[in-house]
Amino acid sequence: MSTIAIPNEILPRTGVAATLPVPAPLADADRKPLTKKETAADHPTWCPGCGDFSVLALYYKLIEKRKIQHEKITTVAGIGCSSRFPYFVQAHGAHFIHGRALAFASGVSLSRPDLHVFVFGGDGDAFSIGGNHFTHTARKNIKLTYVVMDNFVYGLTKKQTSPTSPLGFKSKTDVLGSTDRPINPMKQAISAGATFVGRSTATNVNHLLKLMEAAMDHDGFSFIECLSECIEFYPGAFDAAIPRKGGTFPEIPAEHDVTDEYAAYKLTDAPWPGMFGTFYKVNRPTKNANEAKLIGDARAKLAGVADWQILQKNFDRMK
Amino acid sequence: MSDTTATATPDGSRVSKVSESVIRIAGDSQDGIQAIGGFLARLAGRSEQDVMTFMTIPSTISGGASIFQVRIGSGEVLSAGDEADVLLCFYNHSYANHISSLKRGGIVLYDSDHVSPDDEELLGTYRHVGVPISSLTVEAIGGTGRDKGKNIYALGLIARMFDLNVPKLTKLIEERFGGKDPSVLKNALDCFNGGYGHQIQGLIESFQFEHADHSGIPQVVMSGNEALAYGIIAAGVRFGAGYPITPWSEVMELLRRELPKYGGTFVQTEDEIAAISMALGGSYGGRVAVTGSSGPGISLKTEALGWASMAEMPIVIIDVQRGGPSTGMPTNQEQSDLNIACFGGHGDSPRVVLAPSSVEDCFYTAIEAVNIARKFSTPVIILSDQAIATRIEAFACPDLQKVCQDISPDFTPVADHKPYDLTAPDGVTRHIAPGTRVASGKYPVATGLEHDELGHPTGSGKLHTQMNAKRRNKLRKLGRELPVPKIYGATEGHVLLVGWGSSKGPIEEAVKLGRLQGEAVSALHIKYLNPLPNDLEKLFSGFTHVVVCEINDEGLYGHGQLASLLRSRYCDPRIQSVTKTDGLPWKIKEILTRALSLTK
Repeated sequence: MSTIAIPNEILPRTGVAATLPVPAPLADADRKPLTKKETAADHPTWCPGCGDFSVLALYYKLIEKRKIQHEKITTVAGIGCSSRFPYFVQAHGAHFIHGRALAFASGVSLSRPDLHVFVFGGDGDAFSIGGNHFTHTARKNIKLTYVVMDNFVYGLTKKQTSPTSPLGFKSKTDVLGSTDRPINPMKQAISAGATFVGRSTATNVNHLLKLMEAAMDHDGFSFIECLSECIEFYPGAFDAAIPRKGGTFPEIPAEHDVTDEYAAYKLTDAPWPGMFGTFYKVNRPTKNANEAKLIGDARAKLAGVADWQILQKNFDRMK
Repeated sequence: MSDTTATATPDGSRVSKVSESVIRIAGDSQDGIQAIGGFLARLAGRSEQDVMTFMTIPSTISGGASIFQVRIGSGEVLSAGDEADVLLCFYNHSYANHISSLKRGGIVLYDSDHVSPDDEELLGTYRHVGVPISSLTVEAIGGTGRDKGKNIYALGLIARMFDLNVPKLTKLIEERFGGKDPSVLKNALDCFNGGYGHQIQGLIESFQFEHADHSGIPQVVMSGNEALAYGIIAAGVRFGAGYPITPWSEVMELLRRELPKYGGTFVQTEDEIAAISMALGGSYGGRVAVTGSSGPGISLKTEALGWASMAEMPIVIIDVQRGGPSTGMPTNQEQSDLNIACFGGHGDSPRVVLAPSSVEDCFYTAIEAVNIARKFSTPVIILSDQAIATRIEAFACPDLQKVCQDISPDFTPVADHKPYDLTAPDGVTRHIAPGTRVASGKYPVATGLEHDELGHPTGSGKLHTQMNAKRRNKLRKLGRELPVPKIYGATEGHVLLVGWGSSKGPIEEAVKLGRLQGEAVSALHIKYLNPLPNDLEKLFSGFTHVVVCEINDEGLYGHGQLASLLRSRYCDPRIQSVTKTDGLPWKIKEILTRALSLTK
């Protein structure tokens, strides 16, 4: 007869904090929107002038505008400059390993449908080491928002070629210029089955905020490629998309049918700096909804039956 | 067969009472020989007998030679048995490859449509009984020209030979085939009755099992993989993720099928890395999640496992070991993942490793793994193996109402919270699940970077030292709480056989055999492998030799993986090992002979 030496027990919360009285929490309706001061945590470690600062500022703004409370947000990231995000936000967060943030965030989303799950990362994290997860999270349409701060270069490791570096880009790993065809993130996302695909820049803050809001409201896997300049290793990369630097910001025309996959696909081929806005948006059942339905169907036949009794039925069949 | 007492019947054949018997069925994997074995094991379970099975599966995609061995006993059955009492074989190749597994004087029952024994020596050594099983099967089901169902026909023959309980067997057949097309059940019953009613020519002996003297607790019959999966459910786990790989897949298939009934989900992911990552996301969500794999997949998971050590995130990882390295021997038994389980990954990444020793133990170990993960906020690896995963055993049905537990997350608001609190008196990390309000407005981050008490990154060497100590010391605390294992046999003697995982049964049988032969041999089974329980050195001190028996390679320095671990832990040169990597479970005589020859 086997025994269980370590029973089901959880140690009580300890430390100084455990002895402090917990003030009676306000009802959600009475809570004020979080200000930037309340949402900001560690001071970002990014280089002055980095495009990621504006994405972070917009995230604070989104949280304030949409009155999301600390504990309802989960910020997840992998590895890279931009992936430092969770430390800069006063909310539950997880800083996972390189390339696997989406898989981790999927686990959070599927097991905790009550949370807003945001994933932030860079181009290396998303399209090189994490390429497989990008494809499958899109295909499964897992409900979460993924913002890729695409700077076309590896910044944290100090200037190596990234999967989105353009042909001819000179880096420490391609001193004579990159020869590998870059990935087109919009194309990748649409063909993988993402149900919300948008593109913006860190410099056009109003455009990006609107897109982030739309992404958050989308019921499914929402993906934003945000061109975010690396001031240190690829300065001027996105000048062509910044009007005040002499560039243009070509927005997707209002008449574009966002549910038309082929039309969206065609837009992705626009010449540099490409198009900005929502390329594609359709409603397809999420994995979250599909799993909830499986559970609902299975549970419908088991109303009022305790978990141990369900298991007992299986065991009785094995007698 | 032991303890036989024979009585003669009027027609001249004998009926012998037996306490146990080993039946080996050899054929091709598509013949349904596992089904025969499964029925026999189930029947034994319902008759309160002990039973253990052993099977080999070809790693080919379809077909290939396969065996299924069942050992049924009215007393304690610890292993699937070294030699068979009865061999049932369907083909010449089954006959040729397995006749030597039969005891001298044992019965070989063969399909005379396909097998034609002609070796005089073999004919003289074993009792040969030929039955044209294939053609009789075709006849029994009305001549469709196909012999599908010959396995059930053979089951009927065995039922006659062992005077098995026909109503119980019929009920099992009805349960198995009842849900299908009625003609399927009819054919199965026709086959069974045909076999049972067949007058076997040349069989001069039949057998009856002695009445089993069990406590009357109903038994359940299942495989190790099933027991692990059901244990995970009983433990309260409601989320998991995995990627298919032999021999782990069965666990994930079962969880995928069953978890929705309990409001849970199991996700088939794109790869092994996504599987552990997603499960860690689930655990981070507040309720311990599960992932698993076999050798190659465990290698892929080690980076994320390191994150779990660093972030101190509870998770249960099941490793159903197979032959390695690389793709290795996917359908064979090996215990060669102990090193990767205890040490795999970069950096110092403490984790807990446990190994179940039987199918029943798989069920309880799964629950214990979840409890350890929760209490100590740590990754826990369960080391099962191919043999325990696929073998079927009967065990007392657990008291599920008592055993099933609730591990729902606690969202009670807190004033302030530091998950990696260095001043926690027990030194154990506590996470609060997302959704928990923190009155101070300071929220923690779960991270793989070295961090401060709130989970924010640090480059401080002092904090790295303190946090490394914290992660290590909590497992030392667990080590002190673990039960010290008990010696099987005398606590003093010449040789102490040490084993882990699925080798427990054969090692304890080797002790029984050794004692019968006058050897001062005992055994110690170690279930908790990392951390090890305290006081093992005191148990070792009663013996001149400590011999670890493990199914892995002796390595560069001549010691198996557990032996190396114990030697480094106890600096005791008496610790030696006998190892092997033939892909098969230990034979009892093999253990004893090799261990004794090492100590002579």
